[in-house]
Amino acid sequence: MADNSKTIFARPDSMTENITHYCPGCTHGIIHRLVAEALDDLGVREKTVGVAPVGCSVLAYNYFNCDFLEAPHGRAPALATGFKRLRPDMIVFTYQGDGDLASIGGNEILHTANRGEKVTTIFVNNAIYGMTGGQMAPTTLPGQITTTSPAGRDTVSTGYPLRISELLSTLATPSYIERVSVHTPMNIVKAKKAIRRAFEYQLEGRCFSLVEVLSTCPTNWGITPGESTKWLDENMVPFFPLGVFKEPENMA
Amino acid sequence: MSQYEVTFAGFGGQGIMTAGQLLSYAGIAEDKQVVWIPSYGPEMRGGTAYCTVVVSKTRIGSPIISNPRCICVFNRPSFDKFEPMVKAGGLLIVNSSLINSTSDREDIRTLYVPANEMAIKAGNPKSSNIVVLGALIGASEVVKYDSIEKTIEKKLGHKKEALESNLKVLKQGYELGRKAMKKKAKV
Amino acid sequence: MTKVLMKGNEAIAEAAIKAGCRAYFCYPITPQSEVAEYMAKRMPEVDGVFLQGESEVGVGNMLFGAAATGRRVFSTSSSPGISLMQESISYMAGAQLPVVLVNIMRGGPGLGGILPAQSDYFQSVKGGGHGDYRLLVLAPSTIQEAVDLMMLSFHLADKYRNPVMMIGDGMIGQMMEPVEFPDKYEEPPLPDKPWALTGAAGRKAQVVKSLFLDPIMLEKNSWLLHEKYEQMKLNETRFELYKVNPKNEILIISYGTMARICQTAIDELEEHGISVGLFRPVSLFPFPEQQLLKAATQKGVKAVLTVEMSTAQMHEDVQRIVMGKTPTEFFGRTGGVVPSPQEVIDQVMGLLDKYPGKKKAQHSASKSKKAQGK
Repeated sequence: MADNSKTIFARPDSMTENITHYCPGCTHGIIHRLVAEALDDLGVREKTVGVAPVGCSVLAYNYFNCDFLEAPHGRAPALATGFKRLRPDMIVFTYQGDGDLASIGGNEILHTANRGEKVTTIFVNNAIYGMTGGQMAPTTLPGQITTTSPAGRDTVSTGYPLRISELLSTLATPSYIERVSVHTPMNIVKAKKAIRRAFEYQLEGRCFSLVEVLSTCPTNWGITPGESTKWLDENMVPFFPLGVFKEPENMA
Repeated sequence: MSQYEVTFAGFGGQGIMTAGQLLSYAGIAEDKQVVWIPSYGPEMRGGTAYCTVVVSKTRIGSPIISNPRCICVFNRPSFDKFEPMVKAGGLLIVNSSLINSTSDREDIRTLYVPANEMAIKAGNPKSSNIVVLGALIGASEVVKYDSIEKTIEKKLGHKKEALESNLKVLKQGYELGRKAMKKKAKV
Repeated sequence: MTKVLMKGNEAIAEAAIKAGCRAYFCYPITPQSEVAEYMAKRMPEVDGVFLQGESEVGVGNMLFGAAATGRRVFSTSSSPGISLMQESISYMAGAQLPVVLVNIMRGGPGLGGILPAQSDYFQSVKGGGHGDYRLLVLAPSTIQEAVDLMMLSFHLADKYRNPVMMIGDGMIGQMMEPVEFPDKYEEPPLPDKPWALTGAAGRKAQVVKSLFLDPIMLEKNSWLLHEKYEQMKLNETRFELYKVNPKNEILIISYGTMARICQTAIDELEEHGISVGLFRPVSLFPFPEQQLLKAATQKGVKAVLTVEMSTAQMHEDVQRIVMGKTPTEFFGRTGGVVPSPQEVIDQVMGLLDKYPGKKKAQHSASKSKKAQGK
């Protein structure tokens, strides 16, 4: 009997077979997969170096089947800069959370974007410090309760959440910056497109690219995974609007 | 004496650092050990930029010289600061075009050189440092005249006019230094 | 090979290029900014990478990323900047990356000053960053030695897969001396770099990291590093003796430019019949411990005098090594004050009074006055 079976879904080559350590309902796994699919689609796995952050995705190198560097907290863009400057023929990406990128690594990401380093940053924004146990992040929403803002984030003493995509899109240096989310299937499809585009820009040597991905953290938000996607939709999306903030074409 | 130290002091633009470097190159040409060390940092902003050159037949120890055997001062603040620092028995060269003071010290030799006037007369107002360098070599034999002449030819050879005037004032400075030393010897 | 007159900072830069380094990252800071200025011109000529980073924190981590390519990478800074790099230095030591750093030291703590100092001895030799690690630390006293040690630093970094730091004071950076460069840096063969990240083509994906969440694995890594440091102690101890002989009454221990100042003092003392030897460590880690102990316990040596531009940092090591077998004394100036040879002479004379030994009569006050008189 002829085999009419066709593979329609499989583990991307750019992912290892390791089981992730992420909590139930966390969307890191989805984002990892989207990055891996992009590397597969573009056929660049064998010439890619990822840079892992400090945070929940500190062990990202266990899940991606490509070479990896493990950076100090917040410094992934600096490592990516150093590596890419010496190996412009390779593909370099950083995978960073909001504490890592927007707080301690604020300077590194700002200047990496401003120098127009030909690297890609996947910025996972879940409005909280996950690994250290749910402390307030620079992206924590006003009034949001965390372990270091037990009465809710007070904007008078701690300011407002940092909108990184908007901030970086004010730079004169050409770049590709888009904010996406992975809380619904439709959004996942859009996120996949954005991540792939970000790598394409790098592959073409065009510009720095950053995709901010809104993500859930049921464990530290203290709600169920189902409630988390709803919370993200109702609270994060209004403050962190989705869409393309900058494209190199616009700069012409 | 196997080691000779010279400090050049003045303000920025007088060719202080260059004079020191030319002397260093001349020392290297004679297969001697040399060290050139500048003042740096906020000192550079106070009107007395200076550098010190050590020329030696043997390995040079301290690059920091508190009391050099010769000091060439190009402006008044440098005269005030460095005149007391010349080593006893040493030589003080004063750019008398810009400094109207004289030294009272009897334990050193002092040579007054109207460096700016001589430089202007030779058609190269910027060459006062070379005048003083010539005088230094005439009065001290820290390096041979030949060595410094060749160094200047090598370093400034690409600008023919500047080279000619520089060599001219070097010679004039040298003669002045020599004459002063001979006079001294007679006394 | 011809001799060229070069500023220390520029000679250091050129030596790095001669050693095959094609990547330099920097942030401006006095008194070493000429390295950056030189590299900005020179690197493009040799198809190398020059990049001025946003901070020393950024620069240190750019080095981290760049070193993971397996190529020779380099940065220079001065004390406060080196403090900012400590994070990346600790990570690079943990991840076993070869990288070369130069610290042209200025006075501290804090913003301190910009004049020459040696007050980063502890920071360089004892860690600086967190964790069980060491840097291989070299200290030149002339520009030619800075050139030679600079090239050697790249070799040693590769040989041991470890950060190497060359430390000099502001004088090493600022002064000019004639130097010679080889046409090509000749070095013994080095192991391959299978750890370098080159893309997972035809091999398994690999990681450069210092993270070991399993304590047994972290301990293993720490002992592995320790073993390297023990190897360094066996193979990479460097020092120089100046006028060390059985007649020595005092032994001076000093490194870098300070050692040259002591040399001048020793020459002058010799003219007055006082024999003083100089022990100059060239590698500060590994420290030439056995050699120092031997020189310090020579018969006739009444005291050992550490002279450094700090408030007795290396002196702690000297005391540890000499173990009281010979009295240990210290003289230092710091904050950017450079001791003169005369100050060193005065210290030696003071010690001869304090430790008269059998020859006391020979060093009367009149003789000491003579030595000082100018």
